[in-house]
Amino acid sequence: MAVISRGFLGRKRERRDDLPPGQYLTEDFPVLSAGPTPRIDTAEWSFAVQTESELHQWNWQQLHDLGPEDIATDIHCVTRWSKLGTSWRGVSLDKIFETVKTNYHFVMASSYGGYTTNLPLEDLLGGKAWIATEFDGAPLDPEHGGPARLLVPHLYFWKSAKWVHGLRMLPKDEPGFWEQNGYNMYGDPWREQRYW
Amino acid sequence: MTGVWKVGTVTAVHAETPTARSLQVEIPDWPGNLAGQHLDLRLTAPDGYTATRSYSIASAGPGTLVQLAVDKLPDGEVSPYLVDEVRVGDELELRGPLGGWFVWRPEQPEPVQLIAGGSGVVPLVAMIRAHEAAGSTTRFRLLYSVRTPADVFFAEELESLQKTSTNLEITWVYTRQTPEGWPTPAGRVTREILAESTIPASDTPTVFVCGPTSFVEAVADILVDLGHPAERVKTERFGGA
Repeated sequence: MAVISRGFLGRKRERRDDLPPGQYLTEDFPVLSAGPTPRIDTAEWSFAVQTESELHQWNWQQLHDLGPEDIATDIHCVTRWSKLGTSWRGVSLDKIFETVKTNYHFVMASSYGGYTTNLPLEDLLGGKAWIATEFDGAPLDPEHGGPARLLVPHLYFWKSAKWVHGLRMLPKDEPGFWEQNGYNMYGDPWREQRYW
Repeated sequence: MTGVWKVGTVTAVHAETPTARSLQVEIPDWPGNLAGQHLDLRLTAPDGYTATRSYSIASAGPGTLVQLAVDKLPDGEVSPYLVDEVRVGDELELRGPLGGWFVWRPEQPEPVQLIAGGSGVVPLVAMIRAHEAAGSTTRFRLLYSVRTPADVFFAEELESLQKTSTNLEITWVYTRQTPEGWPTPAGRVTREILAESTIPASDTPTVFVCGPTSFVEAVADILVDLGHPAERVKTERFGGA
């Protein structure tokens, strides 16, 4: 039974079907990072997928040769802000995985700077996930994960690894950085899967 | 259990700055918390509408008395209520403790450099208190950047510790207005200040930086440039970029 907070009325509100439970709207773009922001030159940037048998690699140009697309999506951070109708540009993970063969069903994404986060492979496929390189029509700022970040907007935003550097295929699900530090293995905002 | 909402009762409130206040909350089911952890706080309106925000915890240790310190955001929904409305005896719903990264444990042997911008000092005060409570002899340094002397959180406690603690050193940086007779003019934290008034990278400290995003970005970049390995610089940011 919830405690009614004496004298609290909250903001004027309308029911919104596009806001997951426990989230509030922000016009800002807050930053959540565990350490200093890595600065990576696109000339040095590379992205790799490591499977059980092969290493696939793309440099900046090769990534763009796969054909970036525009993405309009809502994003939801576990720290409770949501931002609706954001615009991005990036390369679909479907294009990355066109040439990748694997029997493993789980993925550990890793970043420049050492950040990691785990995802089921199926959450990266089917037009649900991208390697994003632009936000709001401009190259992605380093604070927000530039030059390239994972964009998996149907999960809490910590799954959208900033400064993404590669994916490692795994036979079973293993916890990444925040997942070892108290956060949920999957992170569905609509089911409020925030913490352990 | 971290995931369960607990009911706490406000037992004391104290004005920290013109826009911030600290709250003592007695939470009978609280399992204790590490220094640096945060919690979720939920308010419920009479029609069932809820608003939840995360706040750093200023206290640390095994007790059930938890201290928060909240700065009022101009457009905030929860912080104005906590700063202006809540009074002793009110009940609040809380969930936590949360977070296992931005924490200091008394058994950590290495020196610790704390760097705070504004209300970012809250989790760092928890670390200072844990360090004092444990009688830890590891070296602690705090660099605390505030706009004016009136904006200092936990001013009395920090000033007193600065005089009495043998293992804590505090450097104050005033960005808008200094105390009278202060030797240096008001200004932001610079590379020179960080180089001169923080534990050098060669002493391999763990560095905790907490504050507004722009502050943390600027400070963390300089620290890396001064030779601190990125993995030893732990950050917590708030606000937009």
